[in-house]
Amino acid sequence: MTNPTTAERKSERELVVTRTFDAPAHIVFEAWTRSDLFKLWWPPKSMGMHLRSCEMDVRVGGGYRLEFGHDAANPMAFFGKYIEVTPPSRLVWTNDESEDGPVTTVTFEEKDGKTFLVLHELYRSKEALDASIGAADGLPEQFGQLDELLATQGASV
Amino acid sequence: MVQYTTRLDASFAALSDATRRGVLEQLGRSDASITELADRFHMTLTGMKKHVGVLEHAGFVTTEKVGRVRTCRLGLRRLEEEAAWIESYRQLWATRFDALDRVVEALKSQGENK
Repeated sequence: MTNPTTAERKSERELVVTRTFDAPAHIVFEAWTRSDLFKLWWPPKSMGMHLRSCEMDVRVGGGYRLEFGHDAANPMAFFGKYIEVTPPSRLVWTNDESEDGPVTTVTFEEKDGKTFLVLHELYRSKEALDASIGAADGLPEQFGQLDELLATQGASV
Repeated sequence: MVQYTTRLDASFAALSDATRRGVLEQLGRSDASITELADRFHMTLTGMKKHVGVLEHAGFVTTEKVGRVRTCRLGLRRLEEEAAWIESYRQLWATRFDALDRVVEALKSQGENK
């Protein structure tokens, strides 16, 4: 029986994910900050993504870089900088692979030997988060399809 | 089935008008009052109220009156899309965290054996 994961849009600019782990905070924190451990769990295997490399310099101002993909010439890269590193309770980094990437904050709160983890992604604007969700982009495209449909049907509604 | 067809008719009717499609695109960027929408589309308040009424009836828009201002925002369909996205986001993290559980368990037992 695994612990439940919750996710919600907390505000126009924020996404929040929570999960409890049955281990002390220093152990969970270690799994987020050692690249040999991090690469064991971070890559979304269900999406068939192959992790090519994982470099993490976990200290304030240090960078990280994750590269996915089977083609060495065209890796899909995720990168940024750590802006806060407070073992074993807090980790903050930027997501610089896109211009409007969020700032990710992870907090590890220990209670009775368990760790309550909160992952918080703060976007620069409502538009940046909407774009991530893609819903805002979906509408005009659907309108285009509908226009075509109406045109072909010669509909007079 | 009859209900579904009626809803579909209302949707097509709502979207068959260029101004109403413009209003939806506008609300996709930000919420707006009827007055703001009327200004933007160079219409009378009464004309814009009618358009918003049609969109509201079809479920594309919801409105809320606070004081003297009626604010319009995208309706349930937009929320449904967002809810679906958040659910897939949640599942990504749930899968990751299940894998993290295994790493954490292994670390924990290493610690106990030291």
